[in-house]
Amino acid sequence: MNRWPEISFEDRMSTVHFDVHERAHITVDGDSCHGCTTKACVVACPANLFVPTSDGGIVFNYEQCFECGTCYMVCNVEGAITWTYPDGGHGVVFRRT
Amino acid sequence: MSATDFDVVVVGAGPAGSCAALSLAKAGHSVLLVERGPFAGSKNMYGGVVYPRILDALIPNWWEEAPIQRWVTRRQTMVMTPTQSLTIDYRSDTWGKPPYNGATAYRPDFDFWLAGKAEAAGAQLVCSTTVTGLLRDGKGKTIGVRTDRPDGDITARLVIACDGVNSFLAKEAGLYRSDVDASSFTLGVKETIALPTDVINERFGVRGREGVDIEIIGCTGEVNGGGFIYTNLDTIGVGVVLKLSKLGAQRQRPEEIIANLKAHPSIAPLVEGGEVKEYSAHLIPEAGYDMIPTLAGDGLLIAGDAAGLCLAAGIWLEGVNFALASGMYAGDAAADALRSDDTSAAGLAGYRQRLERTFVLKDHAKLRHIPHLVLGDRLQQEYPQMVANIVERMFGVDNPRPKPGIRRILTQERRRAGIRWRDLAKDTWTAMRGFG
Repeated sequence: MNRWPEISFEDRMSTVHFDVHERAHITVDGDSCHGCTTKACVVACPANLFVPTSDGGIVFNYEQCFECGTCYMVCNVEGAITWTYPDGGHGVVFRRT
Repeated sequence: MSATDFDVVVVGAGPAGSCAALSLAKAGHSVLLVERGPFAGSKNMYGGVVYPRILDALIPNWWEEAPIQRWVTRRQTMVMTPTQSLTIDYRSDTWGKPPYNGATAYRPDFDFWLAGKAEAAGAQLVCSTTVTGLLRDGKGKTIGVRTDRPDGDITARLVIACDGVNSFLAKEAGLYRSDVDASSFTLGVKETIALPTDVINERFGVRGREGVDIEIIGCTGEVNGGGFIYTNLDTIGVGVVLKLSKLGAQRQRPEEIIANLKAHPSIAPLVEGGEVKEYSAHLIPEAGYDMIPTLAGDGLLIAGDAAGLCLAAGIWLEGVNFALASGMYAGDAAADALRSDDTSAAGLAGYRQRLERTFVLKDHAKLRHIPHLVLGDRLQQEYPQMVANIVERMFGVDNPRPKPGIRRILTQERRRAGIRWRDLAKDTWTAMRGFG
């Protein structure tokens, strides 16, 4: 259907500027994910930061986070995702022209 | 009364926060505007069009200086199936002249400009500073904010939280309704795609600073939502909004849904050959009137997305104007409360009254059932196909068969789509009550 190639997810994310802070502003308690059957975060996160592991858990990477809040909104395990804003000046920076 | 660092701390230098700060600074109050991004607008994105007329009160002739990309002179609403599309296309010369109607603008430009206006009026803007919580006295009254700066506590007689859709401050103050969950929000994802200005003008049928805004329903597959395309000077914004509760349940990722939209036969010719310059994502409070929280606490007001003030009513998709207005009215109500030295929730009641008197809550109250209708399963999954089939048969020439007559087409296509009269009547009633 496509008449030109869609860009790869990596290329897509490389268009976004992130000023990454050493502190992870989101933490995921991967253990609480073992019982979760939906794992909605894996599909819904626009930055694709939630990766299911072979043992039924989740590994998470905060660095390319849009800070949108989708993950904790769709999460159905109380306390699995701890969400704060990154420290001032850090995280995603959309561009000025 | 003990001295505070500022009369008012405004959290978040988006359109709501900057208007609140601008209004208060103009009234002669000391205002600190705190922004967590490195500059105002750096965290912000949207689905494309701002309707800035409400700025007339704060910034006369704003259009002469606002960083606008294009003035929307062509507005299209499109109903789509995987192989069909029906477009209502409206174009107006008037919308291309002052005081204009809608405009496309990059939020990092627009919000930066607006925060600068607040600064010029006397507000103090401090960026790269995240507010981590509220300072409260023994009775629970907000008396300032805690920030992530060293010695970062700042006291104020009043705090206005314009900290966006994930307002941690409104949550901390207990202002949110308990029934607000993922089904009240959509995720917006957008590609900013570079194309030469003359190519954009040619493809979208515009000249100069004229711009186009296309809103689409039926383009998001099994995830309820909608799509949009709009023109900037040398880029176009293409994106989708997706109902969070559906997105979690379906197995299709956001960027795949954009890719499907871009590949649609009606859309592909518009976007072809462009290079993605930036990808972005943001949540949208989409449930309208039914999700609006308590708007004032003791020493605290909330405005903009933090207050759920986004209008997602199908033919009307607005948010920045509600942020501008609610921020401005929050600033006005705060100035009144400071003057009478009563910043309790009761002293701040003028804020809600202002919103109720104006379009901010009037529009939301009138259209309270529309967001649910627009994002509901029938309007999303059934009606677009039915409508497209009706139009296909109306305009199709099926000789040697004679024309079937429109009433017959309507009856047959309703039946074929499996839509019950009762539901159709109910939805029509809801739409007429909201839009009428």
